Amino acid sequence: MNVDRITEKLNILADAAKYDVSCASSGSDRKNKDKGLGNASNGICHSYTEDGRCVSLLKILLTNHCIFDCAYCVSRKNNDIKRAAFTVQEVVDLTINFYRRNYIEGLFLSSGIFKNADYTMERLVHVAKKLRIEHNFNGYIHLKSIPGASEELMREAGLYADRLSVNLEMPTEAGLKLLAPDKNRQDMIDPMRFLNQEIIRNTEEKKLFKNAPMFAPAGQSTQVIVGATPESDQQVLQSANYFYKNFNLKRVYYSGYVPVLADKRLPALNTAVPMVRENRLYQADWLMRFYGFHVNEIVNNQNPLLDLDIDPKLSWAIRNMQAFPIDINKADLQLILRVPGIGLLSAQKIVAARKFARLGWEQLKKIGVATNRARYFITCKSNEFERRDLTGQNIKQFIMAQSQSKYIKNTQTQLNLF
Amino acid sequence: MNTLIYDGTFEGLLTAVFEIYERKLYPVKLLKGEWHTSALFEEVIPIVTDEARASRVLRGLRKKLSAAGVQRLYISHMAEIAGEDCNVLGFIRHVFDSDQNIEEDYGNKYVMRLSEILKMVRREKHRMEAFVRFQKLNDGTFYAAIEPDFNVLPLLIKHFKSRYADQKWMIYDITRAYGLYYDLHDTQFIEMDFAELNKPVNVIAAYSEDEGIYQNLWKNYFASVNIASRKNTRLHVRHIPKRYWRHLTEKI
Ligand code: SF4
Repeated sequence: MNVDRITEKLNILADAAKYDVSCASSGSDRKNKDKGLGNASNGICHSYTEDGRCVSLLKILLTNHCIFDCAYCVSRKNNDIKRAAFTVQEVVDLTINFYRRNYIEGLFLSSGIFKNADYTMERLVHVAKKLRIEHNFNGYIHLKSIPGASEELMREAGLYADRLSVNLEMPTEAGLKLLAPDKNRQDMIDPMRFLNQEIIRNTEEKKLFKNAPMFAPAGQSTQVIVGATPESDQQVLQSANYFYKNFNLKRVYYSGYVPVLADKRLPALNTAVPMVRENRLYQADWLMRFYGFHVNEIVNNQNPLLDLDIDPKLSWAIRNMQAFPIDINKADLQLILRVPGIGLLSAQKIVAARKFARLGWEQLKKIGVATNRARYFITCKSNEFERRDLTGQNIKQFIMAQSQSKYIKNTQTQLNLF
Repeated sequence: MNTLIYDGTFEGLLTAVFEIYERKLYPVKLLKGEWHTSALFEEVIPIVTDEARASRVLRGLRKKLSAAGVQRLYISHMAEIAGEDCNVLGFIRHVFDSDQNIEEDYGNKYVMRLSEILKMVRREKHRMEAFVRFQKLNDGTFYAAIEPDFNVLPLLIKHFKSRYADQKWMIYDITRAYGLYYDLHDTQFIEMDFAELNKPVNVIAAYSEDEGIYQNLWKNYFASVNIASRKNTRLHVRHIPKRYWRHLTEKI
């Protein structure tokens, strides 16, 4: 093995892959087969980057050579950068050796497009096949589907991979036209539809025949870049909602645009990464998927943008003060989930614990409720509760005043330390 | 107030519970350790672990708790977190003093505390599943050293055994001086004398040829995936507290 050359390739091709934010390695139930290597079940973050993101997979490009010229992408054809390409065997060896040392849960393999879609996709599938068949590797494999690849190849990919993804890249078709003129939204939607049908068919088969082969057991996901084009949060979330509903996506990832290139169609190079916005989008996404919120409750024509100062649940609550206060000892789980400061687990604990005795503030705190937020919206076993007739705006100010002082304290300690 | 002293095992704890009810010893203080040393300082009642008594108490617990509830109780005790014995004991008393199953009575301080302990233990277990870094030795064994906050090694068996079924591996808890070894068939607990093994010459000689190469590749990978313009040190350290760094290849 030429160590220097491999190291160089790894540096180039990991660096080029890092803007894909998807890192999940959960949702599969692949077991260790015949005393082979690995399993894919619970999705572990083995490390965290210095920006706090989970490192769970070996995430690399097979190559950063590309015939396309997407404006937001470092690997675009007209960008003057070092190019490299792994061989199939090199990717296999890296994956196996990292996995054996417990560095990773598996492989996330993507690629620039060399020659054409099928030629590229074939090589991605080859890596996965080699890992599964020759090495009896049962760890997690996420393959990026190259837009425009044939259905034959997509089907084969699904047999070896746990998850497949086609990145939408831009939340709307107009955005895509502007920044990725070579790409065609239909080329992304077609494979998503095809995969969705195959996954549904496979689920049916599995019900009938226990031994039916697995097909992409962790489903499909996609990524949209936010902040490169002027779409509103309403457009972003509605598009996400559309794909959740119609293609059974497991996840939509929101990637705050990192300015890497000077291009007059794009935000200037010194523009800050929209990290707060990205975070708010994820919070909104959770509300849609786990908290029973409809997308229109979170963003709508009156409120097309998420409030950057406060989280979307609090933001919904202060717009809907007529729904509160609710009695924690009586209300349905669905309503408790809507209270700012109460998460999924706390809500479940509340519903379990109140069967034994009615709950007061102390118990709620212990259960994990952020009472400094929740107190404006609930009553419990206590005579102390918010009696003032506060408007949503008042509450927002109170809560922000509290978290602001926390924020200032934290930045100060940070200054002292670094 | 009676002070009881027991051997630190789960059976010992259950025996103590038996004595407490049999001899109406409440309130009590429960200490782990050897009787003769503490006996010099205070009046203590030594608890001699008794299997028959312990299993009677266990049967009682099984009647009033779900199987998962008993398991959770066992794990909370086994984690050996300093100062928590009194809470574990308080939980057991609450179990026996109530008519119904109290597992979800989170308004009760012992039930709540046990759920907190369990959360801490689970988090530590997950951290170990994530942060174990194997190094390949000459004989093909993959070796990792860990220093977990609590005694979680026994909780790791299932995960590592089903994952690394085709390689020999060993995970050694340096703090508690024992390890877990998998020989391609089964796992067993082992103790080692590190006095000889730990000399730098021996350690380096023991590594397989390509170990250094892959460690370097991993460090390179870790550096390459960082996005400098998103740096967030506070978040980073919250996810990987510094005390774990010395065993993390990418942080050394
Ligand atoms: S096709 Fe993919 S790799 Fe190529 S320029 Fe577009 S985004 Fe980048």
